[in-house]
Amino acid sequence: MAACIGTIDVNPGPADFTSTEHQHPRHGSSISQRPDSKHVMFPGALKSAFSNTMRFEQPSTYPALPTYRIVDQHGVVVDPSFSPDLSDDEVVKLYRDMLAVSIMDLIMFDAQRQGRLSFYMVSAGEEAVSVATASALAKEDVIFCQYREQGVFKQRGFTLNDFMNQLFANRKDPGKGRNMPVHYGSRELNIHTISSPLATQLPQASGAAYALKIQRMQDPSVPPRVVAVYFGEGAASEGDFHAALNIAATRSCPVIFICRNNGYAISTPTLEQYRGDGIASRGLGYGIETIRVDGNDFWAVREATKKARELALQDGGKPVLIEAMTYRVSHHSTSDDSFAYRARVEVEDWKRRDNPIARLRKWMEARGCWDENKEKEARDSIRRDILKAFSEAEKEKKPPLRTMFEDVYEQLTPDLKKQMSELKSQLERYPDEYDLADFEGGRDSLVK
Amino acid sequence: MRGLRTAVRLAATARPSAVRPSARAPLFHKAAAVPSVQKRTYADASGVKEYTVREALNEALAEELEANPKVFIMGEEVAQYNGAYKVTKGLLDRFGDKRVIDTPITESGFCGLAVGAALSGLHPVCEFMTFNFAMQAIDQIVNSAAKTLYMSGGIQPCNITFRGPNGFAAGVAAQHSQDYSAWYGSVPGLKVVSPWSAEDAKGLLKAAIRDPNPVVVLENELMYGQSFPMSEAAQKDDFVIPFGKAKIERAGKDLTMVTLSRCVGQTLVAAEALKKKYGVECEVINLRSIKPLDVEAIVKSVKKTHRLMAVESGFPAFGVGAEILALTMEYAFDYLDAPAQRVTGADVPTPYAQKLEEMSFPTEGLIEQYAAKLLRL
Repeated sequence: MAACIGTIDVNPGPADFTSTEHQHPRHGSSISQRPDSKHVMFPGALKSAFSNTMRFEQPSTYPALPTYRIVDQHGVVVDPSFSPDLSDDEVVKLYRDMLAVSIMDLIMFDAQRQGRLSFYMVSAGEEAVSVATASALAKEDVIFCQYREQGVFKQRGFTLNDFMNQLFANRKDPGKGRNMPVHYGSRELNIHTISSPLATQLPQASGAAYALKIQRMQDPSVPPRVVAVYFGEGAASEGDFHAALNIAATRSCPVIFICRNNGYAISTPTLEQYRGDGIASRGLGYGIETIRVDGNDFWAVREATKKARELALQDGGKPVLIEAMTYRVSHHSTSDDSFAYRARVEVEDWKRRDNPIARLRKWMEARGCWDENKEKEARDSIRRDILKAFSEAEKEKKPPLRTMFEDVYEQLTPDLKKQMSELKSQLERYPDEYDLADFEGGRDSLVK
Repeated sequence: MRGLRTAVRLAATARPSAVRPSARAPLFHKAAAVPSVQKRTYADASGVKEYTVREALNEALAEELEANPKVFIMGEEVAQYNGAYKVTKGLLDRFGDKRVIDTPITESGFCGLAVGAALSGLHPVCEFMTFNFAMQAIDQIVNSAAKTLYMSGGIQPCNITFRGPNGFAAGVAAQHSQDYSAWYGSVPGLKVVSPWSAEDAKGLLKAAIRDPNPVVVLENELMYGQSFPMSEAAQKDDFVIPFGKAKIERAGKDLTMVTLSRCVGQTLVAAEALKKKYGVECEVINLRSIKPLDVEAIVKSVKKTHRLMAVESGFPAFGVGAEILALTMEYAFDYLDAPAQRVTGADVPTPYAQKLEEMSFPTEGLIEQYAAKLLRL
């Protein structure tokens, strides 16, 4: 059996987590009410004060939650307490990750338009959210992405070849060519394979976090780990979002929920997506520590994630919510033309006014570790590397035919073996009708 | 067999009146629980003991929790309340609240959590109060649990067991009375089993928990309280039943009756009646496993009897019965001496009214009647 991502090694000996360790006792079963109490000790609201004024709470009377930022759009530090915890070289590396993602996006979007791959999704405008959050996590932490987080993969060590092999579904694609483009996954990097249905990754992340918590309970010598899960503000309308936050809170799971609020769910603007104060206000409703950050501010996102990781590991584990405010400069995907539902000028304005890459670049230039020449050199060399990986991957053979039948179950079932054998007979009988040159091993990969 | 059948009343044995919601009823959201009847008899000389299906399931869960620390159970009311149908009775006290976990009422949430835990290497058993409520979470079961191994290129196995009562119960109306055998049976990546007897229940559930793939165990509420003899071998903690192998519950030469879950018992009663009245010998095959399906056993039997009838309680269209007939046509057409038949649930949302409900599902009398017709008796 293949090992899982973030696999739990459990001692085969006596099961330690069978011992009833009441870290978080169940509430509600034995609450007593003192006479003449000022507070109603209803089981469902333990600290609610009596009031003799009937008043419905108005969401509009509450100020919107603030948006934390460290660096403004001119690259100027506005949080006086801030001092960077990375060396200049480390910052440059992360900046190059953001650049690489944005250049790769442009090239692959065009490649899709040329018909060289079926589909692509770019993350323009949101590079800081993925790269900066990932930079604040540990290598051992487990990650669930939605689909617009190529920056997370890049930061954690996914190579340009890895991206291209998946996009071209060739024999080196660890997903064996079975998934749509951009549905990356990596066991080595502890990132679960991206799954298309929206928001399903959220309760799964709570479950993975629960598994990590159990692992720590059984073996306190393993380093503490968290799960980070990404989603958009549109996905937060799915029932799974609510289920995931509620169950992570009630089961005290060490999971960081990272919302990329980019203003659009395909064509639906946030104004039509929800009426409340963004996604952050919902975290409070579930009893989850929450912060809203400027998603275009690399440093704010990084610092918030660092702190969130610390919080998530406190008190035996608990969930944290980060809402990163940004703007989806790109179309939703290659299947979308966003100028059908938003003005081109709105996008141009955003691009000009604020961009996470430009903002970090201004900060770096002010610091003296970056300049025009370095920028040009970086862009040229990244572009060259991408095109090299691109053409290598495109020329690579397709996965063996055999992989069509594998991994439906852990072992090939008799039915699947029979189908494989039938396919082989068919190919042997009509060798001239099928061109198998592109597939590794041709028909020899099939077993009769 | 399509449409609403003529009036055939359920035999007394088929409908334990205790399951009608009364004590805790009316519960609007969830069907009422059955009071636990846990009595286990002494072993007879051969070591055979009587077990209810509930006890068999409970023993299977306890043994697997004991054997493997990666196994845990979660679901609504599984811990403190001992399970809506008492299948998890005593497990919280024995294994603690980290392994027997009560969840909020959010099927997509706890099912998603269980899938995530399975993708991270634990072996969760996800209990649905009934499979009717699992529809809230069916995306997690079908799109995530069943497909992730394949879609991840084989790097993410999902060792998870989904279990709970399936099919119609009694007096719980259309939204609580559906049979999901055909639904889950159609999904590549899932394995699906449906026990009838106590031995089936224990052996299949244990095999499901040990199997590295996602397995759906479709139990039946009306069977929980029924007792069956349990062999000495089946009482041991290493007892498992292999998937994809049907069991011939009754041998015969005149008609092959392929059935599953609660209908096995009804079909056996019908087969006995057919023997008494007409002297015919029907072969009753208990499928046990829906996916993979034991086509070989069916074909082998049809080659002997030359007649086939499928008996199941799902809706007729695109159902388990339809699949069995189609497979028989594909693999054993030349051996059939008469058109194969199916007896199924009626193609209607299950009525609440008791008499109408009775008319909506196969009964012993009806099975007998249609078998007699098929055999031209």
